[in-house]
Amino acid sequence: MVTITEQRARSGRGVELVLLLLALAVGLYAYAQVGLATTGALPVGMAVHGGSLAVLALGTHVVLRWRASYADPVILPVVVALNGIGLAMIYRLDQAYEAADRTAGFADRQVLWTAIGVLAAVGVLIALRDHRTLRRYTYTAMVAGLVLLLLPLLPGLGKTINGARIWIGIGPLSFQPAELAKIVLAVFFAGYLVTQRDNLALAGPKVLGLQLPRLRHLGPILLAWGVALVVLVFQRDLGAALLFFALFVAMLYVATERLSWVIIGLLLFGGGAALAATAFPHVGARFDVWLDALSPEIYNRQPGGSYQVVQGLFGLASGGLMGTGWGEGRPDVVPFANSDFIIASLGEELGLTGLIAILVCYLLLAERGLRAAIGVRDGFGKLLASGLAFVVAFQCFVVVGGVTRLIPLTGLTMPFLAQGGSSLLVNWMIVALLLRVSDSARRPAPLTGDLPIAPIAGGGPSVPVDGGMPEADDSSPTEVVRLR
Amino acid sequence: MNTPIRRLTTVVALMFVALMVMATSVQFVQAPALNADGRNVRTVYREFGRDRGPIVVAGDAVAVSTPVDDVYGYQRSYPGGALYAPVTGYFSAALSSMTGMEAAANPVLNGTSDSLLVQRIQDLITGAQPQGGSVELTIDPVVQQAAWDALGDQRGAVVALDPQTGAILALVSTPSYDPDPLAAHSSAEAQAAYDALLADPADPLTNRAIGGDLYPPGSSFKLVVAAALLESGDYGPDSEVPAPAELQLPQSTQVVRNPGGISCTANDTAPLIYTLQESCNTTFAALGMELGQDALREQAEAFGFGAPLEIPLRVTPSVYPTDLDEAQTAMTAIGQYDVRATPLQMAMVSAAIANDGVQMRPYLVATERGPDLEVLRTTEPDELRRSVSTETAEELTAMMVNVVEQGTGSAAQIPGVDVAAKTGSAQAGEGRSPHAWFTAFAPAEDPEVAIAVLVEYGGNEGDLASGGTTAAPIARQVLEAVLDR
Repeated sequence: MVTITEQRARSGRGVELVLLLLALAVGLYAYAQVGLATTGALPVGMAVHGGSLAVLALGTHVVLRWRASYADPVILPVVVALNGIGLAMIYRLDQAYEAADRTAGFADRQVLWTAIGVLAAVGVLIALRDHRTLRRYTYTAMVAGLVLLLLPLLPGLGKTINGARIWIGIGPLSFQPAELAKIVLAVFFAGYLVTQRDNLALAGPKVLGLQLPRLRHLGPILLAWGVALVVLVFQRDLGAALLFFALFVAMLYVATERLSWVIIGLLLFGGGAALAATAFPHVGARFDVWLDALSPEIYNRQPGGSYQVVQGLFGLASGGLMGTGWGEGRPDVVPFANSDFIIASLGEELGLTGLIAILVCYLLLAERGLRAAIGVRDGFGKLLASGLAFVVAFQCFVVVGGVTRLIPLTGLTMPFLAQGGSSLLVNWMIVALLLRVSDSARRPAPLTGDLPIAPIAGGGPSVPVDGGMPEADDSSPTEVVRLR
Repeated sequence: MNTPIRRLTTVVALMFVALMVMATSVQFVQAPALNADGRNVRTVYREFGRDRGPIVVAGDAVAVSTPVDDVYGYQRSYPGGALYAPVTGYFSAALSSMTGMEAAANPVLNGTSDSLLVQRIQDLITGAQPQGGSVELTIDPVVQQAAWDALGDQRGAVVALDPQTGAILALVSTPSYDPDPLAAHSSAEAQAAYDALLADPADPLTNRAIGGDLYPPGSSFKLVVAAALLESGDYGPDSEVPAPAELQLPQSTQVVRNPGGISCTANDTAPLIYTLQESCNTTFAALGMELGQDALREQAEAFGFGAPLEIPLRVTPSVYPTDLDEAQTAMTAIGQYDVRATPLQMAMVSAAIANDGVQMRPYLVATERGPDLEVLRTTEPDELRRSVSTETAEELTAMMVNVVEQGTGSAAQIPGVDVAAKTGSAQAGEGRSPHAWFTAFAPAEDPEVAIAVLVEYGGNEGDLASGGTTAAPIARQVLEAVLDR
C-alpha cells in the first residue's frame, strides 16, 4: 500500500542567508585586503562600495523570500561572491592605474552597474511571476535577438572599439547588444524548440548509424549558423559567434536528444571557423597566437601579436600555486587586466588555489541552473534554464580557456568578474531567470489543485488522474513527481 | 529532456576540469619557464617592492632605500651622488634596470641571497616584510674625494688599490651622473633623465675605470715590456740597450721616434733603467721585436690582460692583440697599435710590482651584513696570479722610482716618500689629443697604494698633454691622500 505523508518542503531561505553572509564576507575581506596591501589603510570607498554590495545582496534575499521563496539557495550567494571578488580586483587595478597616471575609476562605475544589474534582476523577479509567460514572446524574441545582434552594423549607431564592431553608442553611453541577445535568443530557442522538437527529432535518413534530420528541418540550424558567421565576419567578434552557436546547438540537443545535431553543428562551426581563419587575417592571427604564443616572431608581430596573451601567462605563472596576495602582484602589466584578462589578474594575486576556487563557483552556478532545468516541469522552462546555465558555463570556458591557451583567445567577458556594464546587467538578469525557474522547480506541487498528479511508480495503472490526455508536454510533468 | 540535460551537465563539468588542468599547467608546470622568460618584467618589478639594504662607505650610506607611499613602497636614493655613481650604479624601478653594485650585489641587497636563508624563513613565519642586507665597500671616502677633485672637470678615471690585499680604495670615473633622477618612480621623469644621459656627448654613463671603452696604454705599457725583458734573464736594469733617434720598422714605411723627435741619449745606446726613465720609444720598440709577440703576450697575460674579472662589477678584459707582424709587435711594445687597457688593469700592473710580483684579486666589497647587522661574509684577500718573480719586481721598483726621481714622472714627487711610477701619453687617433696615463705606487719600499690615472684626450691641456704633466699631478694628490690618512 502506498501511504502519502505530507512533509513541509524546505525553502532554503535560511541556508541562503547564511551563505550570503559568507559570500559578502569574502568580497568585503578581499576589498579590505586590497586597501591594506596597496595603501596601508582600509579603502576610502569601503563603506560606500562594500555597503552598497551588502544592501543589494540582502535586499535581493528579501525579495526572494517574498517573490520566489523556493528558489535555489546557492545561486545568489555564489553570484554575490563572484561580483564582490570582481569589484575588489577592479578596485585593486584602479589603484595601480592611478599610480601610473592612467585612466582609473572603473570600480565606481562597476558598483553603479552592479546596482543597476541587481535592480534589473529584482525587477525581473517581481514582474515575472511565472517564466512560462515568456513563451508567449517566442517570435518577438527572435526578431529582437536578430536586431540586437546586427544592431552594431548600423552606420551611425555601431561603434568599433579595439577592432570589434560589437558596441552601440547612444550619446556618451555604449552598450554591447550581443550581451542582451543572449537572453532574448535563449527565450526564442526555448520557445521554438519546445514546439518543434518532435519535428526535429523525427526520424530522417540514417547514414553510418547517425540519425540525420530531414533536409527541410535543417533550416533553422543553417539560419543560426549563417547569423553566427555574419557576426563573426562583419563584427570581427569570434567570441559572440561561438557563444550563440554553442547555445543553439546545446539547446537543440536538449530538445531533440539527437546527437546528430551536435555533430552537424560541430562540423558546420568547424568548417566556418576554418574558412574564416584562412580568409580573414585577424581570425588567422588568433590561431597563430594560440598555437605558438611564445615565439618571438609572433610576440612582436604588429598587429595580431601575442603580447597580451603572453603577459597574461606571465601573470598567471608569477602567481604560482598560492598567488602573490591581494595587491602584491603586478596584474596591471597585462593589457585589459580588469576586463578581458581579469582571470589572469586573479590568477596572479590569488594563485592556482584561488583560480580553482573561482572556477568551482562558476561550476556550482551552472550546475545549479542545470539542476533547476531538470527539476522544472515544463519543457520551455527546461530549455530556457539549461540554455542560460550552459551559456554562463560556456562563456567561462571560452574566456578562461583563451587566457590559459586551451583554445584561441576570443573577446568575451568573464560573467560577474570583468569590468563592463552590459555584461554585468545581463548576467544579473540571467541569474534572476535561473532563480525564477529554480523556484518553480523546487516549489512543491500542491496536493489538491488543478494540476494533474501522476501516479506513484508501480502504484497502479498509468492513467492520468483526471482522465484526459495531456495536451502538450510543456504543461504536463515530464518526470514523476516524487512525494514522501 | 532530462537525459540530455544530465549529459550537458557532464559536458559542463568536463569543460571546467579542462580549465583546471590547463590552469595547473600554466601556473605550476610551465610557471618556472615563464617566470624565467626575459620578456617577463615582473621579476624585475618584484625587486622594486623590497626593503632594500644600503650600500655603505666608511659607515655612511651612499645608496639607501626609504619607505614611501606609492605602489613600489620604497624609494632608492643616492646620498653618494655622482661621486659614487660609477660604483653604486643605479636601481631604477621605472626603467626596470639596475647597474653597478646595485646589480652585482643584488641578492644581498634585496635579501634573497642564500646567506640570508635563515632570515627569510623567519620572515615567512613571522609575516615580516623581507628586508635586504647591507654591503660595505672597501672605498676610502677621503681617497675617493681626492681623486674626484684632482680630475676636476676633465674626462677620465682614477683607480687606487691596496697592493697587498687588492682592496679598491678609490674608483672614480668622470664625468659622472646623479643616480637619483634615474631612480624616480615616475617613468616619465626617469626616462627623461636616462635619455638626457644617453644624449650627453661626454658619455657620463660609461664607467671609464673598468668598462666600456678601453684605451691604448701608451708608454705605461713599457712596464710590461720591461718586466718581460727582466724575466727573460738576458737583461738587467743596467744592460746597455739600443736608443737611436729613430727606428725604421721592417716591412713598413713607419718610423718610430722618441718624444720631440730627439735621441734619448748622446750615444745610440743607454742603460735599460735610463731608457725607461726617459721613456725611449725606439728602445722599447726594438726590444719588443727582439722578444717577439709571444713573450710579450705571455707577460701581458701574467699581469691580467685578456682575463675576465669581476670585482664584483664586471671589468672589461684588457686586450693584447694577436697575429702581429714585426712592425705591429714594435708598436704594441710602446702601447700603441691594438693593445688596449682599462685604468684598473694598469693599476693592477703597478700593484703586482709593488707586491713583490704577486697580483692580488681586486675587490670592492669589504663586508656583507644581514638586516640585523650580523656579518654574513667578509672578503678575504685572494692571490690572483704571480706576474713576475720577486727579483724582477725589485728591479722594476728601482727603475720606477728612478722615473719619478730623475725622469718623466717628476711631477709625482712627494717629499720624504719614494714614489715608483711610469708615465704614458697614448696617441688616441688622427687629429685627437693624446690620452695621458700615469701608474704608480708608494711608498716604494713598503707600498700602501697602487694607482692608475687616465685623462682622456689630454683633458684641459689638449695637444700639449702628457702623462708626466697632466696625469702625474693627479696621481700625486691621490697618493698624498692615502699617505696622509
